[in-house]
Amino acid sequence: MSAVSAGRLSGRTRHELWLYVVQRGTALVMAPLVVVHLAVIVYAVQGGLSAGEILGRTRGSLLWGAFYGVFVVAASLHAAVGLRNIVSELTPWRGRSLMWAATLFAVVLIVLGLRAVAAVVGG
Amino acid sequence: MSESTTDELTVDIWRGGEQGEFRRYTVPARASQTVLDVVTHVQRYLDQTLSYRFACRVGMCGSCAMTVNGRPRWTCRTHVDKVAKDGRITIAPLRNLPVIKDLAVDMAPFFDKWTKAEARFLPTDPDSPEFARVSPDSRERQEANAGIECIGCGVCYAACDVVAWNPDYLGPAALNRAWTLVNDARDADPARHLAAVAGDAGCHSCHSQQSCTEHCPKQLNPAASIAGLKRATAKAMLRGEI
Repeated sequence: MSAVSAGRLSGRTRHELWLYVVQRGTALVMAPLVVVHLAVIVYAVQGGLSAGEILGRTRGSLLWGAFYGVFVVAASLHAAVGLRNIVSELTPWRGRSLMWAATLFAVVLIVLGLRAVAAVVGG
Repeated sequence: MSESTTDELTVDIWRGGEQGEFRRYTVPARASQTVLDVVTHVQRYLDQTLSYRFACRVGMCGSCAMTVNGRPRWTCRTHVDKVAKDGRITIAPLRNLPVIKDLAVDMAPFFDKWTKAEARFLPTDPDSPEFARVSPDSRERQEANAGIECIGCGVCYAACDVVAWNPDYLGPAALNRAWTLVNDARDADPARHLAAVAGDAGCHSCHSQQSCTEHCPKQLNPAASIAGLKRATAKAMLRGEI
């Protein structure tokens, strides 16, 4: 709350507000993606599910690649920001080290997620 | 323990400071009796050392809020009939504020946060002889009107769990006031209010649990005001206004 001058945000507050915007923005992006994801699951499990069937749908598909690529990035950012908030509210851990830990968490999720997307779309 | 009867109440009242204990009193039950009447009876007739705070007795001044049977309430407008369970009432000081003695809490941290939130009107031109023309139908004026009747009793502040776990959090009342000013066409510097309420200790800490709205004795909706501030601060930042 230490505003640099009246009417201007301090660097720290601006940072917090950006994280808020990122989390709300990614939630907005994910809402339709979650609906499509669930609908496809319900559709895809009709009459049994096999790896071949999934790969048949996703392999070489730019559309599904883009869909899950965006989904992975949005979910990773959303989760990291949210986890940081939860940790800072429930534990004494705050500040720069928590920020770095949350950033690392986001990077790990993005790398693992995009690897999985690449595996089902490519090859 | 006596059986509950219609002609007397068993009242447990907090005595002491932060450390203390509940002490039990027996108070005659009367028609249309308020919780404040009960406390006043104890202080006048049973124990003159009991400390509590009140002024107007008609729900205007906001000074008599206490925790009644676990819920923060304005005691002057809370009828015993509504809250007594089997003729018993427990009365404690407000939560989230330092206890001075018995039922009197130190309201300074509560009002200090109004100052931190820049929750005061900033006149556009104090010397202007002209009246400001504000349409009562405008969306901004209706938003401001919805929050303007706050009496500063601290009930929402005591009800808020975010205040309990983040002592820097400005709280529902100060944020609600800031929202009325942001929507006041006469205010000279809305950006100043928005910059003061953004971030970790401000509106973005609110979890929208709406305990403030649930408990507000004036039926205001501070949770909606805080949601408005969240949107307005994000928009103002993205536009480079704060």
